[in-house]
Amino acid sequence: MYKITKTDLEYLEQIVGKEFVFAGDEVNPDYTHDEIYGMEDFPGCIVFPTSAEEISAIMKYASSNKIPVTVRGSGTGLCGGCVPIYGGILLVTTRMNRVLEIDEDNLTATVEPGVILLSFQEELERFGLFYAPDPGEKSATIGGNVMTNAGGMRAVKYGVTRDHVLGLEAVLATGEIISVGGKIHKNSSGYSLLDLFIGSEGTLGVVTKITVKLLPLPKKTATLLVPFPSLKAAISTVSLILKSRVLPNALEFMEREIIEAAETYLGKPFPDKSAPAYLLVRFDGNTKEELEQDCDHVADICLAAGAIDAYIASDKEQQQLLWDARGAFLEALKAMSELDEVDIVVPKTEIASLVSYTKDLQQEYGVRILSFGHAGDGNVHIYILKDDFEEEKWQALLPKVMQKLYQKGEELQGQVSGEHGIGYLKKPYLKESLGDTLIDLQQRIKEAFDPHLILNPGKVVS
Amino acid sequence: MRIIVCIKQVPDTTEVAIDEEKGVLRREGVDSRMNPYDLYALETALRIKEQIGAEVIVLSMGPKQAEDVIKQAYYMGADSGYLLSDRKFAGADTLATAYTLALGVKKIGDFDLIITGMQTTDGDTAQVGPAVAEFLNLPHISYVKEIQKVAEDQLIVKTDMQDAIETQKVVLPALITVAKEIYQPRLISYKLKLRAKDRNICVWSYSDLVEVKGLLNDETEFFGLTGSPTQVERIFAPTRNSTKEIWEDQPDVLAEKAISKLKELKIL
Repeated sequence: MYKITKTDLEYLEQIVGKEFVFAGDEVNPDYTHDEIYGMEDFPGCIVFPTSAEEISAIMKYASSNKIPVTVRGSGTGLCGGCVPIYGGILLVTTRMNRVLEIDEDNLTATVEPGVILLSFQEELERFGLFYAPDPGEKSATIGGNVMTNAGGMRAVKYGVTRDHVLGLEAVLATGEIISVGGKIHKNSSGYSLLDLFIGSEGTLGVVTKITVKLLPLPKKTATLLVPFPSLKAAISTVSLILKSRVLPNALEFMEREIIEAAETYLGKPFPDKSAPAYLLVRFDGNTKEELEQDCDHVADICLAAGAIDAYIASDKEQQQLLWDARGAFLEALKAMSELDEVDIVVPKTEIASLVSYTKDLQQEYGVRILSFGHAGDGNVHIYILKDDFEEEKWQALLPKVMQKLYQKGEELQGQVSGEHGIGYLKKPYLKESLGDTLIDLQQRIKEAFDPHLILNPGKVVS
Repeated sequence: MRIIVCIKQVPDTTEVAIDEEKGVLRREGVDSRMNPYDLYALETALRIKEQIGAEVIVLSMGPKQAEDVIKQAYYMGADSGYLLSDRKFAGADTLATAYTLALGVKKIGDFDLIITGMQTTDGDTAQVGPAVAEFLNLPHISYVKEIQKVAEDQLIVKTDMQDAIETQKVVLPALITVAKEIYQPRLISYKLKLRAKDRNICVWSYSDLVEVKGLLNDETEFFGLTGSPTQVERIFAPTRNSTKEIWEDQPDVLAEKAISKLKELKIL
């Protein structure tokens, strides 16, 4: 645990300005945790820099004084990744929120890490373009998005964040400013340091500029809401849809319980909740006819697989209603109960086994387990709800349930995290899942970038 | 019970191009959809159907492609549909539209209740519903936000008077226009689509409607542009204003300032 000194603070104030350094009582408790329950730590101080040069000066100082530096964006993570567990400096990127360039010729955008995803998408829409990664949490910063490699709902069609980041500027632990990749769509020039940075959760460097790939914004979307008599029936239909040579841009599954929670949370009625389980399928395209064909095709498959009906939303407001509810699921669950989450990813064909296993666990442990997620890409968000459990019982039970879920993920050839990352809370599971050789390799990479282990210490593999 | 729901096909955009010379909206090349308020009207009819049993009939005036919105109504649960379509109906103002729809209603014959959306998103006048009722000599209630009770011969509804909520009883036959608070419209059902995609839509032209002209009290014909008393002087898109002021001060001072600014802008 590093104790920030008066000298440290004076130095930092010199770099970023007195009004952008907060220490002691001035530290707002909001900055001590992310969006998951039960993990918080106070930093020695918080700084809000605005440039790579400022961050470089901070890192040089931190490096020579061995001060831990934890980087944070909006703090919407779910595994304690931005919690400063060793104190030191919490470096918040939210003032670096400029879209530096939208290059319509190269179809790229270059942004600072503190740009909020929602406002970025809105700005791109004015150009008839979009950035394909689409995490449910739209108030996240793009820096956090890139550092966790969070893919979101459109991954089924467009791939994850990694597939859309072309270049980065970053400050190394030593304070050196480096650039990797660029406005280039192909690159076979040595090891991909770019790919190492993506998903590194602030453990290898501080990202200060991000260049992403842009795509032409499809003119229209249509959404199918498909009610099924059981969750199992819903999920087993997913592979039939994917096999039928159509490519939805989102393919989500959900249960009635979660829909009802979202209705209460948003205060808006959902168009249908008569069935126990649903698939939500969205297509994008340029003509009404093309979308109608896709919808009818998938509706036919669903009906043949036992769906109760298939509801089609083509108006903007109707679709908004559906996707707003989907976007609010996590907040709605959190409003209902304290919870912990698992973000396992398995091969698409194994989703049904994983989800039906959560129901077995629910029975076995008498705890409510709700899941929803990206049925189309194998990434399931599983939430274990504390409800009325006493703290002591909950603490005893939670690790057992988590352990079982990760074991099942392993058995199904999956990985620990699909998009939320490892942070602090999933470290033990990552260790078990990757094994000694791979963890050792990763640790050596970490040491190559950060020999004094000052960048987000205690996270991922350090 | 027989319920007639009046629906309209409108441009699916908020930025319609304007033909300044003719004083009309340019509708060519723009995708169209059912007027969003009509979805609430149709939903209201379908809920009544589910509650006490009813036949839901949709009625629209427009070019041939307006059949799309009638089909959409079928896919939501409407039983039959009529389209009033003739070059002579084109360019109608609210009065001529209401007149033509009223003739359509007369030709359909028996009904207990007419439901319309409170307004359209292209014209925004909220006049057509009540005007149809006037041509038909029907009692009518606008801005209905809740159906409190429905029976074969009467309705009890709540209406939104902006500063008050009024509860009214109306004896059927009658016409109501509904506000969007009423119900969440359902989505298109693919099962209904499979069942209804080839269902007939009855199309009536000028010659069909003049037959029933005598059934309305008014002798005058109000068809299309020539039958429209409204003369559009000028049509324009409102200018966007994006001026911005940034104030910095104590919260209570700022609050005072904000209130007086809103009053100055006549928002409060």
